[in-house]
Amino acid sequence: MQKIYPNATSALDGLLTSGMLIAAGGFGLCGIPELLLGAIKDAGTKNLIFASNNAGIDDFGIGILLQTHQVKKMISSYVGENAEFMRQYLSGELELEFNPQGTLAERMRAGGSGIPGFYTKTGVGTVIADGKEHKDFVGSDGNTQTYIMEEGIVADLAIVKAWKADETGNLIFRKTARNFNPVAAMCGKVCVVEVEEIVPVGTFDPDHIHLPGIYVHRIIQGDHEKRIEQRTVREKS
Amino acid sequence: MAWDRNQMAKRAATELKDGWYVNLGIGIPTLVANYVGDKDITLQSENGMLGMGPFPIEGDEDPDLINAGKQTITELNRTAYFDSATSFGMIRGGKIACAVLGAMEVNEKGDLANWMIPGKLVKGMGGAMDLVAGVGRVIALMDHTNKHGDSKLLRQCTLPLTGKAVVDRIITNLGVLDVVVGGLKIVECADGVTEDELHAATEAKIV
Repeated sequence: MQKIYPNATSALDGLLTSGMLIAAGGFGLCGIPELLLGAIKDAGTKNLIFASNNAGIDDFGIGILLQTHQVKKMISSYVGENAEFMRQYLSGELELEFNPQGTLAERMRAGGSGIPGFYTKTGVGTVIADGKEHKDFVGSDGNTQTYIMEEGIVADLAIVKAWKADETGNLIFRKTARNFNPVAAMCGKVCVVEVEEIVPVGTFDPDHIHLPGIYVHRIIQGDHEKRIEQRTVREKS
Repeated sequence: MAWDRNQMAKRAATELKDGWYVNLGIGIPTLVANYVGDKDITLQSENGMLGMGPFPIEGDEDPDLINAGKQTITELNRTAYFDSATSFGMIRGGKIACAVLGAMEVNEKGDLANWMIPGKLVKGMGGAMDLVAGVGRVIALMDHTNKHGDSKLLRQCTLPLTGKAVVDRIITNLGVLDVVVGGLKIVECADGVTEDELHAATEAKIV
């Protein structure tokens, strides 16, 4: 099966529909699928729901889709870096569902692994637990603890950034740019990946592949800006 | 007299034991890394890294290498990278020995509030709820009072909680207190601070 597409627009052809749920990889601006986000902006698809840890900044990442009012709802753990997001949220234009970061990651992993729900102690006794099923389990230490049920996420589309792909979609990520990308890929009914380099089959050591190509349906290669959000340095000693 | 930010961080660093895997929150907790000395401490960054190194020297910044505060950092020879589900698996699964976190409010039962002020800017909890629910030991490193002089160590938290009964020890500019049955117990007073002053600055019940 041919998975390689010439560019982001062609790779998303036929996949975008109003109101769809998109799982996006990335943490802050690190490892975000910037080319695919740009193509979604160009496509102009509206009422999108994003499961993404963050919402980018005003002019980069998912922030560019907020500028064009293409996003209806965010499922995120932290959205603090985005003034336009705040404006739309406080004016009621944008829905927001906060998930604890680990719960969001596990919801994607579970959804992609055929697990419709799981129990976690994260958020018990907080607003996150409101309306959710509570259940007590006896731990290995013999103590009873209360857990809440969280549901797996299955997204209509996953958009992901990896470092390298081979022609069959086996992926290798780089440093902390891995973050949510593998679990976002897993939970998508269709997964489109952008990489810095596509290499021939057989290039990767099979033991070094981070995410097998079974999760990957379409691949593009392109130039990435890879913007830094908080450039922090120390004195040369 | 009381501890300044660096003295608070230095005091918190004495809590960390050789061989521990530790997560440091944003703000004053980040300074704790400067005071671990010769101890073998591995820092976790919950965006997907164990073995976090110092900030890079200028010119060596890598956009693919950041910490949970989105700052550019470096790796060490022991560093390991992993995805977000694995990262929070080790947090939720109790593999991280200790988290040192900032706090807006802590109450006498160890409830912690550090993610939201209703009516003000809504940013989100990030990984804080997972950390306080999962790690072995939670240390709140915080100012004892707010800028109006009101205690941040309360009978009841007024802000939305990050976790219920999760804090083990509180380190402030005025001293160190443990969460015990029935309230908070004074462990030590900061340099130049008396127990009477600590009592006066604390709304929570001290036992």
